[in-house]
Amino acid sequence: MITAPARRPTQESAHRIWRSYLYWTHIYRRTWRASIASGFLTPTLFMAAMGVGLGTLVNHHGSSAHQLGGVSYLDFIAPGLLAASAMQMAAIEGMFPVMAGIKWIKFYQAMLATPITVTEVLYAHLLWMATRVAMVSSIFLVAMFAFGAPRSAEVLAAVPVAVLTGMSMAVPAAAFTATRESDQALIGVIRFVVMPMFLFSGTFFPVTQLPAWLRPLAYATPLWHGVVLCRSLSLGDASWASSLGHVGYLLAFIAVATLVARRTFSRRLAA
Amino acid sequence: MFPESPLIQARALTKRFGSFVAVDGIDFDVAPGEAFGFLGPNGAGKTSTMRMIACMSPVSSGTLRILGMDPITDGPNIRRRIGLVPQEDTLDLEMTVLDNLLVYGRYFDLPRKVIRERARRLLDFAQLTDRANDKVDPLSGGLKRRLTIARSLISEPELLLLDEPTTGLDPQARHLLWDRLYRLKQQGVTLIITTHYMDEAEQLCDRLVVMDKGRIAAEGSPRELITRYSTREVLELRFRVDDHAPLAAQLAGLGERIETLPDRLLVYTDDGESAAKSVADRGLDPVASFVRRSSLEDVFLRLTGRTLVD
Repeated sequence: MITAPARRPTQESAHRIWRSYLYWTHIYRRTWRASIASGFLTPTLFMAAMGVGLGTLVNHHGSSAHQLGGVSYLDFIAPGLLAASAMQMAAIEGMFPVMAGIKWIKFYQAMLATPITVTEVLYAHLLWMATRVAMVSSIFLVAMFAFGAPRSAEVLAAVPVAVLTGMSMAVPAAAFTATRESDQALIGVIRFVVMPMFLFSGTFFPVTQLPAWLRPLAYATPLWHGVVLCRSLSLGDASWASSLGHVGYLLAFIAVATLVARRTFSRRLAA
Repeated sequence: MFPESPLIQARALTKRFGSFVAVDGIDFDVAPGEAFGFLGPNGAGKTSTMRMIACMSPVSSGTLRILGMDPITDGPNIRRRIGLVPQEDTLDLEMTVLDNLLVYGRYFDLPRKVIRERARRLLDFAQLTDRANDKVDPLSGGLKRRLTIARSLISEPELLLLDEPTTGLDPQARHLLWDRLYRLKQQGVTLIITTHYMDEAEQLCDRLVVMDKGRIAAEGSPRELITRYSTREVLELRFRVDDHAPLAAQLAGLGERIETLPDRLLVYTDDGESAAKSVADRGLDPVASFVRRSSLEDVFLRLTGRTLVD
């Protein structure tokens, strides 16, 4: 028998998370080309259509420059789209692969028959979701530079912010998916949670344009915090206080969702 | 560890799901090198027991020791030393046969070189070498099952858990699988098998427990159980009637015991041929009449009043 070198329990656990994470890197080797191609395509289409196309109309409209804080529509929308696409993609990553792990392919069950524990399976998968969001957000950033949208080098910090924004959606999505028997409810989440958030959390227009009663709801969404922070980093007007506030909100959201996900995963997979 | 000390020890082992009791306070020991079976119909609590042994499901009450360790505190260390063949395959259908082994091996923290070497040997063992680079999805049920077994052996476990290993396979695939499991047993691997097939239990198990409704109804070797709970032979009789029950009275005294099933009568006796003769002497004319040896199916029928496979 081959015995592993002695490690402390936390090291052991971290190592098992890593081994479970390798499953995802292995799977990704099959699809990375397509995923990088579509990673460039999505932001390019969005920025061309909305930033440049629609932006021409918006920029010529007298009062809008004031509403947007005196920047072009492209510069306004690009960092918002960075956060919003991270959220949207993370929602998908947090739902369908989780359902596959539990039910369609059952790779979670396969891992659980080995030394890897439920929490480690969850953490490995969350880590992979974060990796994916980081990859797609980095590509997005390159596309933003290609369009000349960023006005500050601080925009580089928008990638980790986009990852936090994405995870604030992916973790609750994963927690919820673990309680479902089919993907029916997941499609409902996309229609009734992800899409409204995508459209109304300050990505395409400032939340101040919303009716007053609806604004608190927009401010409560993690996406709004991500959009506002990414935008201020890209425009170069980020302050420490508000930046830390947004990051704190996102981290707290992720932490609570992770606790819930630990519960729903254990209930589903280790009952 | 002393050679006599059990590999698995369960005392008053219980599994509850809400108010439903799936496993109801069972006791058993499994010795090293043994092939131990849980025989019972679907819903008897076999899979719940298996999941507790695999440290994939927490014990509700009672004690369970596996390889001398407690599943609650030592789950990863126990699972490192056991292999699991679950009831439903958990193979990655999109991956190749070989990749399924390689990826799984990494979960056990084995060096890549060791995994490769073992994968090659296991493909050979499972007679899958020709299919190594094929995707898993189109493989037949029997091949998938063999791959699942090969995969469970990548960590060279001391204890192999097989939950309904041949359910859904055709007879040829089953026999091939049994042969592979028999070889493992020869190599000293302890096998734990759940099954609702009595022939499988008879073929593979040194010792087994008969489970029904979460409890253990009897324990022993297949032969012991048959001797204890059945007769040497069974005469099976089928008549041209809708209901066989009224005919049972006319067979009274023919054997030690008569069981009435919806479609036939079973006469338990040590001499089936002479019982068959007596049936004819009594002027009865069965459509079908044959004598067979007692099996675990008869043991189960005797213990529970029901058949194993409905």
